[in-house]
Amino acid sequence: MRVRDLEVGYGDKTVLSQVSLDIYKGCITALIGPSGCGKTSFLSTLNRLTDHSDARVAGQILFDGQDLLRDSVDTLGLRRRIGMIFQRPNPFPLSIRRNLELPLKEHGIRDRQVRYRKIEKVLKDVGLWEEVSDRLDASALALSGGQQQRLCIARALVLEPEVLLMDEPCSALDPISSGIVEELILRLRGRYTVVIVTHNLAQARRVANYAGFFWMTERVGKLIEFGLCRHLFEAPRHALTAAYVSGARG
Amino acid sequence: MVDRLFGWLMSGCAALVVSLLLWVLGDVLIEGVAHFSWSFLFTEPEDSGRSGGIAPILVSTLWILSIALVTALPLGLGVAVWLSEFAAGRRRFSDIARVTLDILAGVPSIVYGLFGNAFFSIYLGLGFSLLSGGLTLALMILPVFVRTCESGLRAVNDEWRRGALALGMARSAAIWHILLPAARPAIGAGLVLGIGRATAETAALVFTSGYVDRMPESPLDSGRALAVHIYDLSMNVTGGDSAAYASALVLVVLIVLLNTLAQSLLEDWFKRRVFVS
Amino acid sequence: MSWIAKGIVNRTDHRLSMMLAVLSAGAALLLTLIVLFLIKESWPFLSSRWHSGSWFDWLQYQGWYPQENRFGMAPMLLASLAVTLGALIVALPVGLASAIYLQFYANPKVARTFRLLLTLLAGVPSVVFGLWGLTRIVPLIALWQPPGASLLAAILVLSLMVLPTIALTSAAALASVSGELLHGGIALGMRRKTQILHIMLPAARSNIFGGVLLATARALGETMAVLMVAGNVVQFPAGLFDPVRVLTANIALEMSYAMGDHRASLFASGLLLTAMVWLLSWGSYRVTRNGREAGQYG
Repeated sequence: MRVRDLEVGYGDKTVLSQVSLDIYKGCITALIGPSGCGKTSFLSTLNRLTDHSDARVAGQILFDGQDLLRDSVDTLGLRRRIGMIFQRPNPFPLSIRRNLELPLKEHGIRDRQVRYRKIEKVLKDVGLWEEVSDRLDASALALSGGQQQRLCIARALVLEPEVLLMDEPCSALDPISSGIVEELILRLRGRYTVVIVTHNLAQARRVANYAGFFWMTERVGKLIEFGLCRHLFEAPRHALTAAYVSGARG
Repeated sequence: MVDRLFGWLMSGCAALVVSLLLWVLGDVLIEGVAHFSWSFLFTEPEDSGRSGGIAPILVSTLWILSIALVTALPLGLGVAVWLSEFAAGRRRFSDIARVTLDILAGVPSIVYGLFGNAFFSIYLGLGFSLLSGGLTLALMILPVFVRTCESGLRAVNDEWRRGALALGMARSAAIWHILLPAARPAIGAGLVLGIGRATAETAALVFTSGYVDRMPESPLDSGRALAVHIYDLSMNVTGGDSAAYASALVLVVLIVLLNTLAQSLLEDWFKRRVFVS
Repeated sequence: MSWIAKGIVNRTDHRLSMMLAVLSAGAALLLTLIVLFLIKESWPFLSSRWHSGSWFDWLQYQGWYPQENRFGMAPMLLASLAVTLGALIVALPVGLASAIYLQFYANPKVARTFRLLLTLLAGVPSVVFGLWGLTRIVPLIALWQPPGASLLAAILVLSLMVLPTIALTSAAALASVSGELLHGGIALGMRRKTQILHIMLPAARSNIFGGVLLATARALGETMAVLMVAGNVVQFPAGLFDPVRVLTANIALEMSYAMGDHRASLFASGLLLTAMVWLLSWGSYRVTRNGREAGQYG
């Protein structure tokens, strides 16, 4: 995935400009920076969720050789290939099984046996199978926060996407659940391309291969530095990055 | 001391209200039961309704109510879904629709009756019929039903909408499988309001569905609703009071029954799909 | 976030959106249709007033003699207003007191029962209230001042009908002025009565007023209950014990046989009623909105 000169604005206010970076297949890319500098806006341009707000988006995002910002792109199909996890777990008010079944049905998988096999597989993938296999028909809202978030990850994975976008997936969870989800993200490395927004620098450092640092200059969010995670944390090229990762600013 | 007096005054008023209301309900119950028998429900009225039963009147009432609900529910739900899920890009138009509905909700029922008479009975040539009456009532309950459902849909957690979008689900699927079931309590409340108003209505029916107390054979026949029957018995038939009370009892019980039935049907319909209380 | 229209990509979604937009437009057009038909049907009456240049003679004429082409609606209009106003004067204090009791004095169990009873009564058909008024209230008044069917009977029955509405909406308004204010008052060592009368009621007043205006609209539009107990004589309401006829009742009584100008005059009175009710709902809308904008609670 290649992002070129991306600019995002709401009304006449620009929140993000001149963002260019490459997202590598099978790697985890972490986006760090203070709140309000456009990281979440950036993330939601990648699956065109910005279509459903009053955001303006300009620039280019090449995915699989196509610019996914073009109007003609089939966004429903796109979102099947690029899944998204939100900050707060948002399982539907349905049973655990229906939560996973509904997206499969919507994407045309008619055979019930196939659906059940896929559901079992993703639940095992996210480590929920042991915990919930005996109550698949119970409400998903009865799960704990951490379990709910893993269910949401499973719900995204069940569609077999190529890319997963994660918007601070651990910040609404307690430390233990957060640890479990983090381990899960690490296990996804290599099989999926993951872009994760996080405020937790230590977490970014633990999971990510690449990292990008966003900062506000003149009220507009910009990408200050992008590179290998190790380089960004240990040998930042930019003074702002150095200050931020050492905890002096933000 | 002053404080205590004030408290007593307030409680006294509440007690007064309760006793008055119990008086009304008690009268309906006692007087109604005195005249009521099971055959009352299943026989034709005789002697202008002084004796005999209310079978044809019950049938007419149910006809009118079904016509009203079958028309108003899909229509109302559709408008509510549009207002809350699709109208965001057409602010101006949706505001007009909302204001119009609010105004319509306040129009007196007798005016709906005038309109129904001029439009359905005469202009469309449906005459005095159960169909005219039912359609008039459908228009009458539509605004309140729409507004209740709309506010229910709006109250549904936005994160579910976002989640459905991020999974590449079509909006229609999200509405059908997630949002409507989640808005179930509001839809139920709207339904109860609608059933209550439609079953209780008298003024709008007198000159749309008419007075005829024979058993209706088709929705194009004229038929007398239960509320109209009560009005006729108490105003135009001397000595009809006890039959009127029995009919009033049936009417009140019918409203309560229909509401319970509607609620439980709704529960059943959504039960397999949703787990929100 | 609510999903904005430009985000529609799926064909089913597109069709659904179009279909529902058409439905909504239809619902909005309904109002136009109703008003158009009211105007169309009352046109003979309106235009004959126009030609004779006597626009307001329906206000001046004393009598309502449709056969002689005399349509004096003023007595019935005044009767409508008198009945509505009277019902409010009776129901408002009692309803408000009930709301205060419900919100601040009743223990949860009693409050639940009380609320249930009020909801049940709000759903009792008006014709049942009419029947009850006709067989209980009217004879009682007749014992005292015959004939019984009178302005007073209408006021009493109608106030009983709007009581649940006023009590329930006021209780909701008071509940929305949540505990914070009350705790503030307790911390200041205020008396309960002072707190309620001087803090809670003023804070909730715009919502209470909105509810009261809605109840007024309902009372003004009420037909059956009033028709059954008011006696229906067309005359200016001079005393509480006089029988009167209100506008809505007049329509219900005469629609079945009215022809020509007479029928048109009934539609004109329907138009008049509708206009009054709109004015009230508009007032209620303004009041509740202003309350919110002024930063009041609720």
